[in-house]
Amino acid sequence: MENNPFILQMEKITKQFPGVKALDSVTLEVKRGTIHAICGENGAGKSTLMKVLSGVYPYGTYEGKIIFMGQEMKFKNIKESESAGIGIIHQELTMIPELSVTENIFVGNELTKHGLVDWDEERRRTREILKRVGLSIDPDTLIKHLGVGQQQLVEIAKALSKNVKLLILDEPTSALNEDDSENLLNLMRELKENDITCIMISHKLNEIAEISDSVTVIRDGHTVESYEVEAGRVDEDKIIRAMVGRSIENRYPEHESHPGEIIFEVTDWNVEDPEVEGRMVCKGSSFNVRAGEIVGFAGLMGAGRTELMRSIFGHNYGIFRGGTIKIRGKEVKLNSVEAAIKNGIAYVPEDRKNLGLNLLDSIRQTIVSANLDGITKKGLLDFNEELKAAEKYRESVRIKTQSVNVGVNTLSGGNQQKVVLSKWMFTNPEILILDEPTRGIDVGAKYEIYKLIHELADQGKAVILISSELPELLGMADRIYTIFEGSITGEVSGNEASQESLMKKMTATAGN
Amino acid sequence: MKRVKQVLGGDLRQYTMVVALVLLIAIFNIISGGRMLTSSNFQNLLAGNAYVLVLALGMLMVIVIGQIDLSVGSVAGFAGMVMAIAAKELNLPWWVAVLIALGIGIAAGAWHGFFLSKLGIPGFITTLGGMMIFRGGVIWISKSISVPAPVELKWFGSGYLPEWGPAFTGMNNSTLLLGLIGIAAFIFVQFRKYKGSKEENPLWAVVVRICLVSVIIAYFTWLYGSGRVGTSFPVPGLILLILIIIYHTITQRTKFGRNVYAVGGNKNAAALSGVNVQRTYFLTMMNMSFLAAVAGILFVGRSTAAGPADGTSWEMDAIASVFIGGAAVSGGVGTIMATMVGGLVMAVLNNGLMLMGVGADRTQVIKGFVLLAAVAFDVYSKKSGRR
Repeated sequence: MENNPFILQMEKITKQFPGVKALDSVTLEVKRGTIHAICGENGAGKSTLMKVLSGVYPYGTYEGKIIFMGQEMKFKNIKESESAGIGIIHQELTMIPELSVTENIFVGNELTKHGLVDWDEERRRTREILKRVGLSIDPDTLIKHLGVGQQQLVEIAKALSKNVKLLILDEPTSALNEDDSENLLNLMRELKENDITCIMISHKLNEIAEISDSVTVIRDGHTVESYEVEAGRVDEDKIIRAMVGRSIENRYPEHESHPGEIIFEVTDWNVEDPEVEGRMVCKGSSFNVRAGEIVGFAGLMGAGRTELMRSIFGHNYGIFRGGTIKIRGKEVKLNSVEAAIKNGIAYVPEDRKNLGLNLLDSIRQTIVSANLDGITKKGLLDFNEELKAAEKYRESVRIKTQSVNVGVNTLSGGNQQKVVLSKWMFTNPEILILDEPTRGIDVGAKYEIYKLIHELADQGKAVILISSELPELLGMADRIYTIFEGSITGEVSGNEASQESLMKKMTATAGN
Repeated sequence: MKRVKQVLGGDLRQYTMVVALVLLIAIFNIISGGRMLTSSNFQNLLAGNAYVLVLALGMLMVIVIGQIDLSVGSVAGFAGMVMAIAAKELNLPWWVAVLIALGIGIAAGAWHGFFLSKLGIPGFITTLGGMMIFRGGVIWISKSISVPAPVELKWFGSGYLPEWGPAFTGMNNSTLLLGLIGIAAFIFVQFRKYKGSKEENPLWAVVVRICLVSVIIAYFTWLYGSGRVGTSFPVPGLILLILIIIYHTITQRTKFGRNVYAVGGNKNAAALSGVNVQRTYFLTMMNMSFLAAVAGILFVGRSTAAGPADGTSWEMDAIASVFIGGAAVSGGVGTIMATMVGGLVMAVLNNGLMLMGVGADRTQVIKGFVLLAAVAFDVYSKKSGRR
């Protein structure tokens, strides 16, 4: 066993849920001291596999064998897998915002002296660990005062403090901006040099290509492919083919747009931060969108894209400090979300679970929720109309579900997003603002969302597309605005733009 | 099991409390030697608990939006007292006094709603303040003395429906008519639903459902109608019934009702869907205190006088009814019908234990355990249902 090159071998793991086989004899072998990427569409079984590994599903509820550092493991809970040296960083961060960095790192494992918490020792160790992840912050800083990127690093620091040998990162960069992502990837490389093995679950193929040593692709609960790669030389298309089981020649569907006249025009829009007095999150922003046109908004996280759109959408965010909106040449005052919807604007928020959906609702209830007037007859809701609307969108938008009566919480991310899009299509908008519509969605579902966006544009709707992924904007938008620190810094037509030129404008004020 | 499911429709878990209620009635009836299922006992049960159930209607909506209202008992007491004083000391006609009381309820609700929606102070704090303010108010304006209520109100609090028509029916004909209307309405609603969704809802299941419910309605019609001469289905029960229909419709079939659930389920998503969250908060709180005033009026009518301690701890019974009915503390979940079942469980417990001669002290202890058991069972079954 001394020469076993594998730190982890999961053999023929099968996990059944009532009625579904989530994992069917999946095998995963991870070499010591490598970065191993796992890819697969949403619902392919990646998370289930990781839950089996970390003991969330205890030994006995699955079939198969887990061999970790040469020994068979039978974890009954997370605590056991943790003490064996397996750490998980979840997609959604699990820090306690009101506690300090130190407290978060040692929560549940407090160091004590004579029965009392040994603060000095905890702080000393925290400083040490923070140094390892390249963070120079005061250990007493409250988590809520840190950015998402820093929080992620603290989370990793916490795992390191428990002496992990194998670190699992579930979509680690999905909430990070480019700089923070780059930071994180560098950190993973460093960890690798320090003999800590990483498993990374990710949708971002460029990141996988950049750092991973081997890739395992899971589809529909089976291991499809597993191979070693040379960092920096991953064939992205090969992974995509394996993930979706078909080849996607073009990640963005073909489309020719026919922009009409300008129907949406925002002039000199100013918004103040609701929390920080005097800080402007939008500074004199002006832009326009034509009928049938897809207009992209590029900007780094925190540049003010979302804030601008939410402010336009009935002053839903921030303190309004002036600006005008014209729809079809007529100035409108949108003082509430209701007014914005009535004037034909729809806004699909970036945070689907917290802002886009009521997870207690069924699909049919969700689809009609922004246009209840549309199913109201004589003051009462007409459930037959509701059902009709839901069925209509289930078909036209291709929501995969056996019934529109089931809860939206049972759907995968891609299907949830389709429900959210249906909800807004049912309000019959002229202007659609889509804020990161494909975040956290797998490649196959992304393609379908893109097709939907094209369909909407073909119907003559003005589409505003906010995205952090530049290739997406380049592949989809007819025209792209760049935003930096609350100001619009540039406007380029889609076929003239390149990632480099956009990035330049996204990181500098206008005129530079 | 599948058959049963088709008859009852949808999720069987929502019937757990109904089963518990039926079992409770059966057990108490056996233990008390048949004194539970008598006309006079059920007339009392309904008339004596209608006010709590009225409160629970409003409380359900308050809890669904994720808030709580601790002031309802005090507001009910205050509104009842103002009504009695207005009628007695100011010599106003009884119906003016009633309108004043309802107005007081609406004003109190607007007060709570203002602090919640405009200033963002949680309902718990706002209504805790209201609870003290209005309780103090009752004692203050009444100088701690009971004030007799106008006699006309007695009809609302404990009156019976009129006696008319042929005697061969052997029961109160108003009650009989009510029962027949109930059965007819149920058949009508079922057939309209059947037309909407035929696949999941086969005709035989609809028929079985109609027969089942008709038998139940018929039985209670007989129970309420065949009591002592001059008695019938109680007037407060009828008022409650009308309010149930109104509030069931509001919560299930109107835009406002959907907004209530939307705000409770995810306030931010609701706001981004065009729901006016603040207005929903405001109206829900205002409605609650309005219903508290209705409850206060019913109670004063029944006890023929307004007392300074009227309404003490009613909020707890109302809140317990809502939670026994399966509502979620975090908001967004709960229905009027389930809440009514929850309220009836409490009422039957009170009544049954009283028939058995159990003292108020031990009744309280038992009710506490039942609340915990019901909610624990609910949480447990939801958890196991998810796996």
